[in-house]
Amino acid sequence: MSEHVVPLRIYYTVFAALLFLTGLTVFVAFFDLGTLNTIVALTIAVIKATLVVLFFMHVWYSSKLTWVFVGAGIFWFLILIAFLFGDVLTRDWLPTAVGWEGN
Amino acid sequence: MSEASSPLAHHFDDLSQQKEATSLGMWTFLVTEILFFGGLFAGYAQYRGAYPHAFEAGSHHLDIVLGGINTVVLIASSLTMALGVHASQLGKRKKTAIFLLATVALGLVFLGIKAAEYTHKYHEGLIPGAGFALQGAERQQMLFFAFYFVMTGLHAAHMIIGVVVVTIIAFQAWRGRYSPAYYGPVEVTGLYWHFVDIVWIFLFPLLYLLGRH
Repeated sequence: MSEHVVPLRIYYTVFAALLFLTGLTVFVAFFDLGTLNTIVALTIAVIKATLVVLFFMHVWYSSKLTWVFVGAGIFWFLILIAFLFGDVLTRDWLPTAVGWEGN
Repeated sequence: MSEASSPLAHHFDDLSQQKEATSLGMWTFLVTEILFFGGLFAGYAQYRGAYPHAFEAGSHHLDIVLGGINTVVLIASSLTMALGVHASQLGKRKKTAIFLLATVALGLVFLGIKAAEYTHKYHEGLIPGAGFALQGAERQQMLFFAFYFVMTGLHAAHMIIGVVVVTIIAFQAWRGRYSPAYYGPVEVTGLYWHFVDIVWIFLFPLLYLLGRH
């Protein structure tokens, strides 16, 4: 088999990093940073998820085709988010047509 | 190895092609899962944007200690899962089974804590519906709890499926079904388990840590 066996120390290092980042995200949550709170929390979550995908899920050692599949999933999710907020955040940019003002 | 007991299915050229196809099949499923959970995360984002105060107030009702312990439990279960796959790659039959059973045990701890949290929320009257305990402007928090129960409930359903599947794979590993040449089922079960862990990695800060300050 040409399959790559990941050295155990990589798993332990990733595990330690995940625990550290969990502690960090809890710690930061107790400070009022305004909208930065959400940005920091999501950044840490994305870093944790990336570590899991690359090492626990072996994508780092996988074929380019696997990278394309994983990338496709993330890309389609970003389309979902982009079009949702493209709609929601821009609703009051244009004047409402006569008769559609609502209450 | 005789033809009948060979792990190579007849429609593949060789074992590495079979292994690649197995992983890609699981990844294809996981991509649909990203969008399955993605829709809920998108809905959460939009409504939290619309009712930021109700979401912050609702988040205060969640127990950060239990949520934090569950996060650590799930990360530990991902480690034992990875170690189980590693043992199966090396053909260590018993070690594979033991690590997989450890993963199952941690998964059950997670589900037990989740059940205790749900019970507590039930007694506090925080289940969305006509009997929702909070009145007046606080009643808007019902929306937060609707997202909380649907998202963590769907996640818990994935955990239950994972616990069943990992138990079966552990049993098969114990019986010597897998080898360094054929461990695809262990590998893809691991992919599924890690994915469920990743969903929780996002749920924990978005539900429990929001507005903790």
